[in-house]
Order: sequence, then C-alpha cells, then structure tokens
Amino acid sequence: MLSFYVHIPYCVRRCGYCDFNTYTPSELQDGATLEIVSRDYIDAVLLELEDAPTEVVPTIFFGGGTPSLIPPHDLGRVITAIRNRNGLTDDCEITLEANPDSVTQEKLNGYIAAGFNRISFGMQSNQEHVLKVLDRTHNPENVRKAVDMARAAGFGSISVDLIYGAPGESLSDWASTVKEALSLDIDHISAYALIVEEGTKLAAQIKRGELTMPDDDLMADMYLLVDQQCLQKGLKWYELSNWSKPDHQCRHNIAYWKSKNWWGLGPGAHSHIDQKRFWNVKHPNAYKEKVFGGISPIKDSEILTDDQKKSEYIMLAIRMPEGVRKSALSVAQYERTMEYIKSGHVIDRPDSIALTPQGRLIADRLTQEMLA
Amino acid sequence: MPAISIAKAPQPASTNPAQIRNFCIIAHIDHGKSTLADRMLQITEVVEARLMRAQYLDRMDIERERGITIKSQAVRLPWKSGIDGQEYILNMIDTPGHVDFTYEVSRSLAACEGAVLLVDCAQGIEAQTLANLYLAMENNLTIIPVLNKIDLPNAQPDKFAAELAGLIGCKVEDVLRVSGKTGDGVAELLDQIVALIPAPVGDADAPARALIFDSVYDAYRGVVTYVRVVDGHLSPREQIQMFSTGVKHEALEIGVISPEPLPSKGLGVGEVGYLITGVKDVRQSRVGDTVTSFTRPTKEALGGYKDPKPMVFSGLFPLDGADFPVLRDALEKLQLNDAALVYEPESSAALGFGFRCGFLGLLHMEIVRERLEREAKLNLISTAPNVVYQVTMEDGKVVTVTNPSEFPDGKVNKVEEPIVKATVLAPSEFIGTIMELCQDRRGEMLGMDYISEDRVEIRYTLPLAEIVFDFFDQLKSRTRGYASLDYEEIGDKEGNLVKVDILLQGEAVDAFSAVVHRDKAYSYGVMMTGKLRELIPRQQFEVPIQAAIGSRIIARESIRAIRKDVLAKCYGGDISRKRKLLEKQKEGKKRMKMVGRVEVPQEAFVAALATDADIEKIKAARKLEN
Repeated sequence: MLSFYVHIPYCVRRCGYCDFNTYTPSELQDGATLEIVSRDYIDAVLLELEDAPTEVVPTIFFGGGTPSLIPPHDLGRVITAIRNRNGLTDDCEITLEANPDSVTQEKLNGYIAAGFNRISFGMQSNQEHVLKVLDRTHNPENVRKAVDMARAAGFGSISVDLIYGAPGESLSDWASTVKEALSLDIDHISAYALIVEEGTKLAAQIKRGELTMPDDDLMADMYLLVDQQCLQKGLKWYELSNWSKPDHQCRHNIAYWKSKNWWGLGPGAHSHIDQKRFWNVKHPNAYKEKVFGGISPIKDSEILTDDQKKSEYIMLAIRMPEGVRKSALSVAQYERTMEYIKSGHVIDRPDSIALTPQGRLIADRLTQEMLA
Repeated sequence: MPAISIAKAPQPASTNPAQIRNFCIIAHIDHGKSTLADRMLQITEVVEARLMRAQYLDRMDIERERGITIKSQAVRLPWKSGIDGQEYILNMIDTPGHVDFTYEVSRSLAACEGAVLLVDCAQGIEAQTLANLYLAMENNLTIIPVLNKIDLPNAQPDKFAAELAGLIGCKVEDVLRVSGKTGDGVAELLDQIVALIPAPVGDADAPARALIFDSVYDAYRGVVTYVRVVDGHLSPREQIQMFSTGVKHEALEIGVISPEPLPSKGLGVGEVGYLITGVKDVRQSRVGDTVTSFTRPTKEALGGYKDPKPMVFSGLFPLDGADFPVLRDALEKLQLNDAALVYEPESSAALGFGFRCGFLGLLHMEIVRERLEREAKLNLISTAPNVVYQVTMEDGKVVTVTNPSEFPDGKVNKVEEPIVKATVLAPSEFIGTIMELCQDRRGEMLGMDYISEDRVEIRYTLPLAEIVFDFFDQLKSRTRGYASLDYEEIGDKEGNLVKVDILLQGEAVDAFSAVVHRDKAYSYGVMMTGKLRELIPRQQFEVPIQAAIGSRIIARESIRAIRKDVLAKCYGGDISRKRKLLEKQKEGKKRMKMVGRVEVPQEAFVAALATDADIEKIKAARKLEN
C-alpha cells in the first residue's frame, strides 16, 4: 500500500502566519496570473509520479498552498493517473484542502466527478478580528455556504481547520468559533494552536511589539474547550489536534502518524518508504526544471536508524488515543513517565501508556522526557 | 646629537653608578605613556629608525603572551645630557597601571630613584595616578611632573599644570610640557631626568642584594626575573639565592633590555636588568623578594616584601562541563606567570565542576578570566565575586569564609569583612551624586579636597564587598565617565552581615548564596527570586522560589506548573523536523541541572549570575555556534 500526497504550491496571497512552501503567482513570475504559473505544473507532477512504486493506493491528499485554486479537471488528471497506474482501494480516501472563498457549487461538483470524496475547509475562526490578525481574506459566512455546497455535491466526509491562540483572541472568541464550527454539517475538526514561525510577517509584528501572543494558560484553556465541545457533539479526539465522528478520521494523516509508506508529489514534498525519508527541492521553478529535464527532484534523504525509528514511533504514537505500547519503551523510559502518571498527565494501562487531556497539552515535553 | 651608540655607551656590569638614572613613568592608561616611550626609544636611538613602530614596547608585550619574546620591563637607554654633555644610562622601569596591583607598583617604584608623573593635559590627573603618585612620594622618589599631549586642540596645560604643582608642591613653571606624538620636549625631559633624579647609591663590595620588581614566565626561557641591583654584583654562572625561600638557583643568563634582551657580563650597583635561572614557575621568583649570592649571602633582605594576598574570590566554571580539564590546565599555565592567582577545585550542584579562585581585586579577576577565555578558548561562567569574611562563632571558633555557600550555620557571634580606603577624583559638580553612592554602599566619609578649582578628591572608607558589587560601573555612569577610583585595603571591620540563601523547592542553590548587609538582604532576595522566576522554565508541578536567612523566608515567588507546550500540526514533512528537534533537545537536556526535582537549564544559572557584558559575550558565542 502506498499513500500519495500531492502538493499544490500556490496561493492567491500569503497569510501572515504561514511558512508553508507556497507561492503567489507574482512571487514566481512578475505580473503572472495563476493560470500562467500553474499551466504545466500538473504535467510535472505526472512526470514525477513515474518514479513512485506501483502499490495499490488507500489515500490521496491534495494539500498546499490552496489546491482548490486548481480546476477540478487538472486535479482529476492526477487521480486518474494514479488509479490507472497503481489502482485504488475500494474505500480510497481522496481529500481536497479548500479555501471557502474559492469554491462554487459547480466547482465542487467537478471535484466529486474527478474522484474526490473528502474535503477540508480552512475556516480558522469566525471572528473577523482574529481572521484579520491571521491575514485571512475569507468572509466567515462563506464557510457555512461552502460546507452545505460540499455536502450537496456529495462529499462523504467534511472537515474544517481551526486555529486558536491568535494575538487578541479571547476565550469567548474561541468558544464562539468552536460553537459555530460544530453547528456546521461536518464530520471532522482539526484545531491547531497558532505557532509563530521565524520569518513570517506575524513573527515580525510580534518582534516589533505590534502584536502580543496570548499566554500558555489561555491556550491550554482553549484546547480543553474545543476538546470538551467536540466530545459533546460526538466528535472524539484521535490525534492531539484532530477530532472526528466515528469512521471519519482522516486515514491519510493516520498513515503519517503510523509511519506507513507514502509518496509526496511536488516541490518540497516529503516521502516515506520503509526505512527511508526523502524530500524534493523546495521551489516550484527548480522542481519543474528538474522534472522536465529528466532529473529526479529529490533534494536529500535519510535512512532511519533503528533508534530513530523507535524515537519516531514514541513521538507519533503518543499523539493518539491508543498511546505507546509498553513493549516499545525501555525500562528507563517507562520510569521517566512515572512522575507524569502520578501527576495525572499519563494513563497507565496494562500494555500501553496514553495521555490524559492534561497530558495532551504537554505532549512534546513528555516525548522529550521519555526520549531523554 | 645627545644619543650615544650602544657600542660606545657605558657597558652593563661596568657602569659607574653616578652615570645611572633609574626612573619610571606614572600615568593613567590612556595618557600617552606608550607613545612617550616610543619617542624615548627613538631619540636615544636604541631602536633603529627603520625598525621603529608605534607602541613598540606594548607590542612586545602581546608577543610575550604568545610565548615568543621577552617583555621589555626595564629598558636601558644611553643618553648624552644636553646640559652637561656627559654620558648617562637611563633605565626606564615599567609600572603596572592597575588598581589591584598596588603592591607590584610599589616594588617597581622601589627600584627607582625618580618618577615621571605623566598627565594628559586635556584630562587632568586620575585617581589611580594620584594613588601611585602618593606611593612614589612615600618612597621618597624625585617626581618630575610632565603634561603630555600639548599638541591637542583641547589641551588645558595651564589649568592642569597648576593642579600638578598643587599636588606635589612645586612651581607651576617646573611642570614640563611634552608631546609624545610630535616629540616636542622629550629631549628636554631626558635632560631633566639626568639633572633632577639622584644617581643610585650602593655598596659595590657588600654581599649582593637585588630587588625583584617583576617576574615573567616565558615559554622558551622559563621565568625571566627583573631585578634592580642595590649592593654588590650579580654575575652569570654564579649561584644565587632567593632570600625569602632560601632556594638556590644558578644564574644561567644575566642581561639588560635594550629593548631586545642583551646578555651581559653581569649587573653592578644601581643597574637594572634581567636574570634567567631555568625555573618554570614565577612563584619561585617572587616580586619584592631579594636576590643574593649563595656563596656570600646578605644577612639583611631589602625591605617591603609581602606575600600576595587574594582579596576577591569567585567560582569559575566552564559552560561546557567537558571543558573542566582544559580550565584546570589553563589555570595551571596562568599561575606560572601570576604569583597572585590562587585557586582550588570546587563543585557546585548548580554549575558542576570548577575552581574557586582568589584574586587581588576585580580587575585582576577580569584579566584572568579574559586570558582564560581568550588563550584557552573557554566559555566561562563566574559566580558573583565575594570578599573574605572572618566569622566568629559563639563558641569562639573563627571560620574564614571565601565562598558564601560555606558560610557556617549555627550561632554566629560576629562577622568581619575587609574595609578599604577609597579615593574618588571627579569634577566638583558630581560631589553630591558620588556621596550619595558611597553613602548607599555603607561608606564613611574621611574627607574631601579640591585639587584644582573644579576638581575634587573625595575619600571614603567602604566595605570591599560593596566595591566588588558594580560600584565602579555605578560611579562611571553617575558621573558620565568623569570620576576615577582607587582603593586600598585598610583592615577588617565587623559588619551586620547575613547569609541569604536562594531555595528552589526548598533546596538551597549554592551558586546564589550571598553574604550581604542585613538591610539589603530583602532587596537581594526579591531581585534574585524575581530573576529566577523569569529564567526557569515551567515544570509539570509548581516550583516555589524562596530567599531565606537561615530558616526565615524573606522573599518568595513561584513558577506555575506548565499547562501546555507546542500543539502544532504534524504533517508528513514535519516528522523528520520534529524528530531532529527532539534529538537536539536531548543534547540540551544534558546541559540541564537537577536541583531536587527541578530541572534548570544551565542558561538560567548563567543568566542569573551574568552581568550585561557577560550576556553579550554569551550571545556572541551562540551566534558563532549557529
């Protein structure tokens, strides 16, 4: 089995907090439109596909960037090529990341026709002042319309992405966002704490003192709030930042966290095949140049040692409700969690350890502690 | 032409004392001593014009630190007087210009009959110069007052000539005016040195007695000892003896500096030069000791010998614990050249393994630390400097405390601390602010004098502990850099002193214990607990930080338990990045110190102890690493 990630490195504009590998048309070519810069992009992706193994495919995920900027027909070419080449499992999950502003009923119908069955909308917040700080352009009301249109088009699984902890966001702002999200016809929520990444506009605004990040205690309360609200509406956590109705987990993401094999197509995309992780050159122009020149776009790779594999297992497994198998922990590693068991951060089960809601809040610290 | 060629000049070991003049230059650090020395080397032609370069003697100093060349501590200059036309030998003896080296200065002065008091005529005399001037006057040296930098546009020669005349009790016209830069007045100065400074007097037939005024370790030659012969004669291959230790050495080489080392047939009465015995440690050739002949030793040493006594102590720890052996070796090497440096291993729960070091003073401490960092490429953290306390217990037992964390528990009868006499020179507009500072630092005023119409000399007694704690920085900033400071120890005095401990979760952190005056204990406690609250990362439980005198808590802060760390998206490409971050944090964790159950990054200790200058240094080092 081999999952595919397809990277669409384009956005109409760059959001102030974003450090993902994405570009606006004018960043790539002076005065160019999206049509011009993305014209032969799908051709490049299809060329790269030829390098991938030919195993059957359980999930495909189009991420970005803003994949919904690319017309259904073009994305459909990628799905068709994978289907023809590798074959898809009967229940193959095919996800589109979408901006609520860039979809129409017609377009969504087109994506369904192209083979998509899951969609994830970048909602982030329903508060205009929060969206403004995040530099998002969409109108909060468009989200409800987009979700309803997606359902009408026939998407079987619909998700929204939320971000909490933006400068100036209060707990009640966040409560309102969560309430609004849960009132939508959705099956899945991802909620991420805002991370200020070096080099972004947001980082510069904070450095200059124009914006102030909320303190960790408020962020913790925000996390607990979304966790409780989701649970009340029948969405259970299946990863630190992800909640879903039964059978609506994102199987593509689970493949990442369970270290399954996947191939990332596109600039900067990462792949994982058995013991090996490798990744492509970052810039779309460099990527196209390589692929069209018949050269592999792979920038670099690493072969994981057994120790590194073990570390990755602990780091990823702890993020999920099943937790870490005790058999995978050394005596010392288990002993180091004792303190956290006592303090109520970790649940000690017969064969595994897992995080309590309090423990989820400090998952990174716990991982660090266990791996020390 | 007043210069004489070296070949024709009177030779070492056979120069009539009447032809010799031994002098030093007393000057503040930027008052132009090096430039004036350059002109003297040039005008006496001991350095050929084509070999001349700026700050000739200073450069040799740097080379010496690298272990190549011997320092020119005492340069022999032949000179034909423009007044009487006779030939003379002038020995220019270097004096250390630092407040901590009063004793070394006093020995350099003891090797001279006269001193040139060199003052920048745009700045006037500084406190340390004044202190050295008083020292020279006590040694009955002939003082030649000289104003330098008369070529400067902002020179005020008349004002400062009056100041100098007032200080040493001469006429304003007697103050010479030179420019080390242009050479103006330098020949006249050399003539005045000949005319005014007495020739050395000694008994050529008496058992040899020579004063050690400096000793320097050279990687190639071993210890080079600088001496001034008072009586008798020293010859190469002769057995010599150090009076204080009685240890016998062979004088492998004797010579003069001119300004390169020049072996000679020996040194006679009044002469100044160097001797090499092959010993490897300057402590075997101590400044102030008397060198005599082993076969015909003197019965009476030259006066004034003292063992160097460390006044300020601080713990030095390598930032990277693995550098401990490097630090040990570097200290060992440094001690070869620094008889005043003492150290012993120390282990701190907070900072790991290091050394508790004793220094003559703050400046000595800074010099040592800088040399360790520069020469051994070490990153060091030092605990706040402290003085030596004599603690008398109620049972009469006396404990000497050089490390606040070893301050005895139990019933203390009294605590004594070293007291200094401090002299501050400053423009009179700052009198108020200086008095305020000294008062705040438990000072007692001794007196105040105007040394010119708008400059004052203010004298205080102060606990040394108050001076080692940022006094000088405060003085400089409150007087816009105009004030200068000098101090000397005058004994111990009882003080109302207590030890303040800083506790993390109930456990004392040794590196932060301090002995402070009772009135300041509270503010120290509040400052330190507040600082640590900012610096120690949140743990999964609440951590109280307390300041305590004995069992009494005087300040309290707490670090709230951690609630959350990063809750970010974890997509495919993130996994390598996250794992690498964890691996890096794992390295970082090795640098964590456990205080009880509390995990404290070493950076927190460093930042809590560091001065602003330290923090800049650490940042710079980090930048290089990244």
